[in-house]
Amino acid sequence: MTDSSAVSIRSVSKGFGRGTAAVRVLENVSVEIGQREFFTLLGPSGCGKTTLLRLIAGFETADQGSISIDGQDVTQAPPFRRPVNTVFQNYALFPHMTVEQNVGFALVEQQMPADRIRARVGEALEMVRMQSFARRRPAELSGGQQQRVALARALAPRPRVLLLDEPLSALDLKLRKEMQIELKLLQAEAGITFLFVTHDQEEALTLSDRVAVMQGGRILQMGPPRDIYEAPTHRFVADFIGDINLIEAEALPDNAVRLPGGTQMSLPHKARGRITLAIRPERARILAPEAGQLQAQVIHTAYLGTALVHKLALADGGTFLLRQSDLDGPQPAIGSQVGLGLPAEALRVLAQ
Amino acid sequence: MTGNPALRRLGLLTPALATIALLIGLPLILLIWISLLQKGGSSGVDWNAAPSLGNYIRLAWEEDFDGTMILNTSYLVILLRSVLQAALTTGLSLLFGLPVALWMAGLSRGQRDLMLLLITIPFWTNLLVRNYAWLIILREDGWLAQAVGSVSPIGPIPLLYNDLAVAIGLTYSFLPFMILPLYTVFEKFDWRLLEAAHDLGASRSRALRRVLIPIAMPGIAAGSLLVFIPCLGAFVTPALLGGGKTLMLGNIIQMQFGASRNWPFGAALAVVLLALMLIVMVAMAIWRNRRVR
Repeated sequence: MTDSSAVSIRSVSKGFGRGTAAVRVLENVSVEIGQREFFTLLGPSGCGKTTLLRLIAGFETADQGSISIDGQDVTQAPPFRRPVNTVFQNYALFPHMTVEQNVGFALVEQQMPADRIRARVGEALEMVRMQSFARRRPAELSGGQQQRVALARALAPRPRVLLLDEPLSALDLKLRKEMQIELKLLQAEAGITFLFVTHDQEEALTLSDRVAVMQGGRILQMGPPRDIYEAPTHRFVADFIGDINLIEAEALPDNAVRLPGGTQMSLPHKARGRITLAIRPERARILAPEAGQLQAQVIHTAYLGTALVHKLALADGGTFLLRQSDLDGPQPAIGSQVGLGLPAEALRVLAQ
Repeated sequence: MTGNPALRRLGLLTPALATIALLIGLPLILLIWISLLQKGGSSGVDWNAAPSLGNYIRLAWEEDFDGTMILNTSYLVILLRSVLQAALTTGLSLLFGLPVALWMAGLSRGQRDLMLLLITIPFWTNLLVRNYAWLIILREDGWLAQAVGSVSPIGPIPLLYNDLAVAIGLTYSFLPFMILPLYTVFEKFDWRLLEAAHDLGASRSRALRRVLIPIAMPGIAAGSLLVFIPCLGAFVTPALLGGGKTLMLGNIIQMQFGASRNWPFGAALAVVLLALMLIVMVAMAIWRNRRVR
């Protein structure tokens, strides 16, 4: 079964409530997640990402569509018959059990002999470097330690897919960065598929092999982090991930566009009428006045240590962010008029 | 008062200590003292008798006409029956109380408050009245007996004046004491733990056994104690619904202080009942300490 997808979601829809109070949470979602892939569902709260995770775990049942894990249809299977385990947002460790007992919980359910359980629990705790805490209770552990135990508990039964529901959101920034690296190493070591849910775009970009950006119960765009960042296809995706400048323009025939201010440039597109162009702050260039595609005035410059971020006012009233990583280069004075160079290869034509 | 903090603390504690000594300590000492005396004339106690353990010996042995002591199990049987009756009531309360408490914990805020109110309302009614109500329901021409009789293949089943009737009455009276502690545990219970258990391969019943019940154990223990202990000493319900045929410890004690006018023997029985409750509570405390460790 190595050639089949780890998780295969086909045309899944899900709603809550009935009648007029009914809410559609997922609309015809399809995803194929590969073996040993680190796949992330990214989106704001209420976009349906957690519901999709819960459907895969078996806590919810799909209204339509099918879900299979490792080629086996599990659409109607209860959670305890699915080869997946979940790391919960609040960890959900059993307070009446020691760390050891928590990690061994699933193994006891599998009726594994006691000596093998002990060995497997030891292995799992070693993986997350928590061996010395085996006899403690969850209440005696810090947030980061509980996180590790939750990971060990979910990994101990060796699931085909590990589901992670915003597992890092309760940790402080420094610990979160550390755990991100650890998660990535852990995935390589365990050699299993990780399905990660987060609303943190930076986390998604750092960790994932592929990211699916969700909004309103649909997947808007799916691809490697670099594609999502550099080539967003939707206005929502562009806006949600990192800083971006959006420019309202007009599509002209023969792959040309007219920018505000009247400048025309050639840019491949299939659109008509009004369109939105997107460009990342680090991809635009500051040029001499009257040069480039847009004219602007420098309002403010912020020094960020690794770069300068200029806030510019466009002639039509909009603002434009520009990131200058060459700290030793020429720096425009506040209030001065500049031209903006927008390389055609850095401009994206967005769907609304 | 003085500036001495130890003395000051003692002064502040005096009202509490005096209350405990006067209302709990003194009656207890009196009870134990009377249990060592003899049956007297019109007052029920012969205050001048020499203290002896005679009343306690009477619980299990009686003097034969030739002076030898022979075993008399009638009081021990009543004692055992009281314990079994209390245990049965506790079991029934748990059986009915657990699902109710679980269900209540899942309700909305307002519905919960309403349910709590409904559960406490019977407390506003006199215990005697509530037991008479059961008398009417369970007696031969009562609606429950009629209903049971109409569906039963062996004809009418006597529901009143037996151990079952006493168990029903006691369970009804003490059920809230089981529901309330269970409810407080379930109200705080994190239901995501059950999802976690399912996720780790535990079926519904396995998740209940390995996660819900162990976490609810303090509530189960508290509720059981609150039902079991008052049941041991109950006398209204066995007298009314048991029809005086199935006596419990409480009835014997009441009889000794009432009709028999034998206060010292009644006091001895009361001390035994007290000791029994103490043993149950200590055993429970030891068991809970072991679990926490």
